[in-house]
Amino acid sequence: MGFLVKVAGLVRKDLLSELRTKEMISSMLIFAFLVIVIFAFAFEPSKATTKAVFPGIIWVGFSFAGILGLGRSFTAERENDCLLGLMLAPVDRSAIYFGKVISNFFLVTLMQVVSLPVFFVLFDYRVTAGGIGKLVIIMVMATFGFMAVGTLLAALSANARTSEILLPLILFPIIVPVVIAAVKLTAMALAGSSWGEMGMWLRMLVVYDVLFLVIPFMLFDFVLEV
Amino acid sequence: MATGQFMAVLGPNGAGKTTLLKILSLLVKPTTGQIAINGQEVGDHLVKLRREIGVVSHNTFLYPNLTAYENLRFYGRMYDVPDLEQRIGTVIREVGMAYALGDPVRTFSRGMQQRMAIARAILHNPSVLFLDEPYTGLDQQAMEILNEVLKGLRDQKRTVFLITHNFDQGLDLCDRVVIMARGQLVYQASARGLSAADFKDIYMSHVGGS
Amino acid sequence: MDPKDHGRGHFALGWLALALLLVSAFAIFRYAPLEKVMLEVQKIFYVHVGVAWNAFLAFAVVCVASIAYLKTKNRRWDVLAAASAEVGLLFTTLVLLTGPVWGRFAWNTWWTWEPRLTTTLILWFIYVAYFLIRSGVAEPHRRASLSAVFGIIGFLDVPIIYFSVRLWGSHPIVLGKGGGGLHPMMLQALIITVFAYTALYVYLTQKAMAVERAKMELDEIKEGLREGAQA
Repeated sequence: MGFLVKVAGLVRKDLLSELRTKEMISSMLIFAFLVIVIFAFAFEPSKATTKAVFPGIIWVGFSFAGILGLGRSFTAERENDCLLGLMLAPVDRSAIYFGKVISNFFLVTLMQVVSLPVFFVLFDYRVTAGGIGKLVIIMVMATFGFMAVGTLLAALSANARTSEILLPLILFPIIVPVVIAAVKLTAMALAGSSWGEMGMWLRMLVVYDVLFLVIPFMLFDFVLEV
Repeated sequence: MATGQFMAVLGPNGAGKTTLLKILSLLVKPTTGQIAINGQEVGDHLVKLRREIGVVSHNTFLYPNLTAYENLRFYGRMYDVPDLEQRIGTVIREVGMAYALGDPVRTFSRGMQQRMAIARAILHNPSVLFLDEPYTGLDQQAMEILNEVLKGLRDQKRTVFLITHNFDQGLDLCDRVVIMARGQLVYQASARGLSAADFKDIYMSHVGGS
Repeated sequence: MDPKDHGRGHFALGWLALALLLVSAFAIFRYAPLEKVMLEVQKIFYVHVGVAWNAFLAFAVVCVASIAYLKTKNRRWDVLAAASAEVGLLFTTLVLLTGPVWGRFAWNTWWTWEPRLTTTLILWFIYVAYFLIRSGVAEPHRRASLSAVFGIIGFLDVPIIYFSVRLWGSHPIVLGKGGGGLHPMMLQALIITVFAYTALYVYLTQKAMAVERAKMELDEIKEGLREGAQA
């Protein structure tokens, strides 16, 4: 119980702080919009070929914007040395990890939910309600894996001199499976495939999510060592 | 060291003061030796015993975008403080910051922030309090306020470690002084009846010209 | 430990590696028969597979040494992990260079998103990232812990990457590129080559460890001098 109360307290602190400044969510949103506009210039939105790469465009936007937010999540803790203050408190390191995963997950999902309709409108992409429903579930699964490993690597790179440029370089190779699965599943959902047809990809995402929640849970202590 | 004492730890940079603090505040396990708090050996109870310790450093550990109240409430949760609302009211009055409870910490002056840092450190009623270079970056007025608060802590008979490289400040509050150099304890004595000038000579003779 | 001490049998291992490489060169060019379609170009396949196999071995060693470091906090494991990663990165680069040469003749294209080749490319990125972490963190113990964490994650990610790339591949999967249909003499040449490169891997890793230890010793001497100057 005490553990969950602390995780909740940590999440509440992060979200409250974000609510005051909105610096993470606003920069992620603007970045996602910019990606949409750049892609609209690069690929003619009305062409059929563009419709085919549309799922890829969505996930390029989501992953870049997500990394932008992740990078902020631990560098923000460095102000006034707050992270050290947290480590001095009788809180399990894993509670700090889970707290960050949850608040990052919440903020990145919020960014996705707000920017997704813009993607559809600006690329004039028609989709059924069922397709959207499946897409949302896929987004949740993919984003969870992304945040689980991303939070660990964000904490890791926050220790380095060049943390801002280091994070994308170390995170992208690791999340290759998530990006591939997310793009494939999105394409299938938008094309009206059934859950059964997506089975293999869904199972792979679940394995990834579980694996990269358990491993960081075991390794997080070492990342926060002083 | 006995409960309720006020001890100053002095030494030049690199003498091992910060390492001592890290070990004593239970951030890292010592490579050799044991620490005991309230007669209880730390061993593997690292996380639990952190409850018994409060730290004030030159960094405040406060979230700049949260209000004073929100910061205290957050840390109170982390330390499982019982009757949190009441306790926040008590400590905030102790450091004389009750008027600013609803303002974001970002808007505070350095002196106000340092008082909030003390409130944060004593919030969970720790048996041992560490002050790591608390005077850094404070103006004269803020130093006086800090001294007032420290006197209050001494009168409450809390065990306090004052870690500093500056022996002009805080010495008159202490019961004992310890000097560290090159990772070793080189001198310790009662601070009663020790004048600042005498102490400076002792310090120089132990630490050398550096 | 003397930084010049390369570990047991280092000298002999060097000669063994050299001898094995010569034998493997002989086996590749004189012993193994000429492939009917690709002719001489097929010869690069032996080196490609031999190096690839040892690149994966190198990264498995990084993972194991990283776990051992986090468990024991003994700097030796960190030195081993760093050295093995260095040789692994070199071998992965060779795989990526020899792969396209094969592909150009086998599939008439320099690059194909074939699962094994693609996974190797991602692996290359992961271990470049490993060295970026090492160079970005100055404090030795922290550098060791952080790179160990990444070394473990990076290696455990490899099977999932391979699986996802294979699932993704709408491109033809060339199964049994080196497997079943191989002429017995070709297989023998391949096995010798794999062992030759394994010997080379161990030899180079010992060398890299010695360099790493020398660096550590140098840092300690510098530290000592600085303290001496201060006192």
